Amino acid sequence: MTEAQRLESVDIMVNMGPQHPSTHGVFRMVLWVDGERIVDAEPHIGYLHRGSEKLCEGELYPQIITLFDRMDYIGNYNMELAICSAVEKIMGITVPERAEYIRVILCELNRISSHMLFYGTMGLDAGAMTPIMYGFRERERIQNLFEATSGARMMHNYFRIGGLREDPPDDFAERVAGILPALEKGIEEGDKLLTYNEVFLARARNVGIINGQDALDYGLTGPSLRASGIPDDIRVIEPYSVYDRFDFDIPVGNTGDTWDRYAMRVEEMRQSIRIIKQALEQMPDDGPTKATGVRGIPRPPAGEVYFRSETPRGEMGVYIVTDGGDKPYRLKVRAPSFANLQALRTMLRGVYVADAVMILGSLDIVLGEVDR
Amino acid sequence: MILLIPLGVVLAALLAIIGLAIGYGGEDVVYILIKSLSLLTILSVVVLSLTWVERKALARIQQRMGPMRVGPYGLLQPIADGLKLLIKEDIMPAWVDRPVYWLAPLAVFIPSFAVWIAVPFTSSLVLTDMDLGLLYILAMSVLSIIGLIMAGWGSANKYGIIGGLRSAAQLISYEIPLLVIAITIAMLAGTLNLTEIAVGQGNTWYILLQPLALVIFLLAGLAEVGRSPFDIFQAESELVGGPFIEYSGAHWSIFFLAEYINTFLVAALVTIFFLGGWSGPLLPELAWFLIKCYSVILVIFWLRGTLPRLRIDQLMAFGWQGLVPLSFLNFLMVAFALFYGWPNWVQTVLSLTMLVAASTFIYMKTASKKVRPTVRLIPAREVRRA
Repeated sequence: MTEAQRLESVDIMVNMGPQHPSTHGVFRMVLWVDGERIVDAEPHIGYLHRGSEKLCEGELYPQIITLFDRMDYIGNYNMELAICSAVEKIMGITVPERAEYIRVILCELNRISSHMLFYGTMGLDAGAMTPIMYGFRERERIQNLFEATSGARMMHNYFRIGGLREDPPDDFAERVAGILPALEKGIEEGDKLLTYNEVFLARARNVGIINGQDALDYGLTGPSLRASGIPDDIRVIEPYSVYDRFDFDIPVGNTGDTWDRYAMRVEEMRQSIRIIKQALEQMPDDGPTKATGVRGIPRPPAGEVYFRSETPRGEMGVYIVTDGGDKPYRLKVRAPSFANLQALRTMLRGVYVADAVMILGSLDIVLGEVDR
Repeated sequence: MILLIPLGVVLAALLAIIGLAIGYGGEDVVYILIKSLSLLTILSVVVLSLTWVERKALARIQQRMGPMRVGPYGLLQPIADGLKLLIKEDIMPAWVDRPVYWLAPLAVFIPSFAVWIAVPFTSSLVLTDMDLGLLYILAMSVLSIIGLIMAGWGSANKYGIIGGLRSAAQLISYEIPLLVIAITIAMLAGTLNLTEIAVGQGNTWYILLQPLALVIFLLAGLAEVGRSPFDIFQAESELVGGPFIEYSGAHWSIFFLAEYINTFLVAALVTIFFLGGWSGPLLPELAWFLIKCYSVILVIFWLRGTLPRLRIDQLMAFGWQGLVPLSFLNFLMVAFALFYGWPNWVQTVLSLTMLVAASTFIYMKTASKKVRPTVRLIPAREVRRA
């Protein structure tokens, strides 16, 4: 046997993360690569595990809201809405109309700011360094508004069981209406810079494809599922708050590739602006923002409740078992990013190393919510 | 101790320059020493200014201010950065292949510096006016590939190895169109002497005769120096710096220096080959040369600010299926033009036609494979009803 015949090649194992600029937090992927091709990939999670669900069992219901803020730290308002609505559902509280509309407006603005961050990081993953600056410029407009409303740019702790912590500023509606044209323009610019960029299309099209059935089987939700052609949106199929009063479109992808998952979010930003405009029109000018009859520490009746809502990342479910006390007996969170990550391994097999980063980025995970 | 390393590198480069210069020209040693020192100074100032220009240009594209704190308009920022890099701790992982790891920065830096012996800034400011200058430059610039592979291998890091292999594949592929275009230019000018190439253009710069060649040369040059959108061997988002991943402090700064000197080399070559070198009215020759170089460099920075990175297979396909055949076609065209003595405007027309045809072909090829993607919009009303 000659020397040449004895040479054999083996797949090398490349460890990506938990400290890697493109794993969007402390996420770890172990890749087995054959040259530039990925043979297999193994995701590892848990580096940001804080035991949030267990912590919730030791906190009073109003205190849990702050813990939810810290799960999906990009979509805070949406998380607050989930826990507040779940408790309201089991207690049978009706939230005043004005509070509902303000909640919807803030949640949709939050969706836009979250997707703007996604837009920027997607550009970074693809190797373009400019989009993130433009994404952050738009995000900043929204963050300023959030700061004026709740006093905090993130971790707002603004929603309360039965309404809001306090009234938003008097000029809230005008300020929201004021930033919408700028946001629309920003989305247009984003399209020009990245969405239809020939290099970006070459990188993102037909990469990391997952078909509709697989996506459902893996439990994908939100934009990642809709990219595979399934019009599934909790705001529509099981409306909560006042979402049944708005007229908007559900963007749906054709192939379920990386570009589709990216484009879903860009289009969702436009739809969110549509929702906000309608909400501004329908919103009562004044009225209470707190439900009457919710005083002191809420003590939901013994029982259980499951509430699901659509966060920027997908279906967020909150399951609470109560024993009639002021703290939940058990609280379970169905986190969208966690479920979305399950499909990663299938999507990564056979793609190039450079694609792995983009596919992971296109799932738009937030590790705080994956690991909880 | 650590501070001595960059100093040693610079001295070594200097010695190489002097040695080569003496071996070639046989001039007065002191005169050559002064010339080499002035070249060193010019290059250092150029690199410092390039980092500032790049950061400011990118900042403008990204609606930022760029460096503003150190000195007026942040002009002293490059010096502060350089100082910080030199006094930073130089970390060497325990498992590196020491000799390879230490030598890699030198192997990248010395060729990229030695190239400049033959590059003329003006008709008189050139260290050695070689008759084989073009050949020498192309031969020297290939050598830095070895340094990149050494860096990747010596770091004993998987990202480094992938980056090193990527750089080998990429640089060798893009060397071919670069060479063919250089030959084309040599045929047009009838010489390999860079000064004569620049002077010989007179008022008909080769950009007018050969726009296609300029595009190919610039693209291949970008790939040669590993700048965006061809920076796949550094690939911050996947390989986190590729071959340079385990280098820090002074060692890293040497790679950095080499990268910027190479970028400037591409701009200088484009200027000499296509933009008539230092020719221009009123201003001194050096000023014209620098103005043209910096304009080319601004184009390079502009591309960096706007384009995502290509994938390795797309990069190789673009090189072998796009630039290589095109450069050969261009070569044939020039050969025919020179042999049959076609007038200049025929060359211009042919070159432009080929440029348009090639870009259209590449665009159609990519566009036909993927019709402009769309997003379907399903009204919420319909889903609610169902």
